[in-house]
Amino acid sequence: MHNVCAIFRREFASYFATPLAFVFIIIFLLLVGVFAFYVGGFYERGQADLAPFFNYHPWLYLFLIPALSMRLWAEERKSGTIELLMTLPVTVWQAVLGKFLAAWCFAGVALVLTFPMWITVNYLGDPDNGAIFAAYIGSFLTAGGMLAIGACLSAATRNQVIAFILAAVVCFGFLLSGYPLVLNAFRIWAPQAVVDAIASLSFLTHFQSISKGVIDLRDLLYFGIVIATWLIANVIVIEMKKAD
Amino acid sequence: MIEISHLTKRYGALTAVDDISFNVEPGQVLGFLGPNGAGKSTTMKMITGFLSPTSGTVRVCGHDVEREPLAAKACMGYLPEGAPSYPEMTVRAYLEFIANVRGLSGARRRERLDDVITRLALKGVLEQVIETLSKGFRRRVGLAQALLHDPKVLILDEPTDGLDPNQKHEVRKLISSMSKDKIIVISTHILEEVDAVCNRAIIIAGGKLLADDTPQALASRSPSGRLDDVFRQITTGVQPTHEKEAAHA
Repeated sequence: MHNVCAIFRREFASYFATPLAFVFIIIFLLLVGVFAFYVGGFYERGQADLAPFFNYHPWLYLFLIPALSMRLWAEERKSGTIELLMTLPVTVWQAVLGKFLAAWCFAGVALVLTFPMWITVNYLGDPDNGAIFAAYIGSFLTAGGMLAIGACLSAATRNQVIAFILAAVVCFGFLLSGYPLVLNAFRIWAPQAVVDAIASLSFLTHFQSISKGVIDLRDLLYFGIVIATWLIANVIVIEMKKAD
Repeated sequence: MIEISHLTKRYGALTAVDDISFNVEPGQVLGFLGPNGAGKSTTMKMITGFLSPTSGTVRVCGHDVEREPLAAKACMGYLPEGAPSYPEMTVRAYLEFIANVRGLSGARRRERLDDVITRLALKGVLEQVIETLSKGFRRRVGLAQALLHDPKVLILDEPTDGLDPNQKHEVRKLISSMSKDKIIVISTHILEEVDAVCNRAIIIAGGKLLADDTPQALASRSPSGRLDDVFRQITTGVQPTHEKEAAHA
């Protein structure tokens, strides 16, 4: 456990050692604001809720999360520090977990810093704070799922740009699998069970069901399984190709 | 104690390390010699558990590196080739991180940190970010990392590569000063280094172990008494012709 903690702390601090942390947080906050107020019509709707704010989170994550995850392993490969890390008395699991948790926590910090939105909506009206809390949980879990995907794909390459693009594409697939665009294409020929299975893989479906204010065990389980699966894949990728 | 038996590493058709066996005892400073691409680094990567051998075993301090990697890694300090370290960290933060991972705490942690900082003269650059350091300092930070937990076994892959003569001298002095009770394995292609710090030399080329002796005994194999000639003779099979070399010089 102390190894996970040591790697977590190093990794978390490294976000703040470069301008990455500040650039990321500022861009994230700007974009969620722009989307909530201009695209989502936060004021025009005349409702005291944060739906126009949360609805765009998965789409912002689509390109912001890969930017966080791309460096996790690709950078270690590029600079050769993976050799250092893997010859320290640390298991691959501890390294994978420490890195993932650090990136997830960082995403959490960015998310927490959106609290002025919550203050604003409480000032303007009388929103359902339970639903807002649930939506925050849903948003955080979506970020976690995407980070797990990004971390695994970052381990597969030494090139951060490739890691970014791969992660964005795979995350896009996971998002869209719940959308009519994809589902309609399957509905024509596939049995309902297959369509349901594909729909149930979607980040969006689970995110939306949580952000309605109902934290269902099945949704939590879904995110848990997605994260665990991708982290296991991450460990396997590292074990298989430590050196190249 | 390092016990290596029938160590082999293949990449597809290429055999990088071919059935190498040898033991290293405490007090020995083993120079690992060979031309570039001979399999020196690959062997060291297998000793330190970074690469898995295709076949054969490595035991370090009685622990099989493949079966009990954590125990084996805990008693080794390793400086990988090029001394990689996290460039965005300060020297202090980096050493603290290594101390955390090595599980050092309390008085021993302070004592060990002080020791490596003094030994490698890092006091002046503690708060400096590693990427702003000169090559010599970066190498020293890498050595400090390897020495931090006072390991019984030190594996140093080209510890003096790219350093200036003064820095080379410093690093060699450091290695000699630690050699009494430790096992030190250094790889190099600089032959004078072997003379300067090693009490045993192994020559490998093409993945095969070709010679294993003291540097003096190796040197005496050549009529000229020079290690360079023996090295050339063993690794290329060419009998050195001094007349021509002298003519060129």
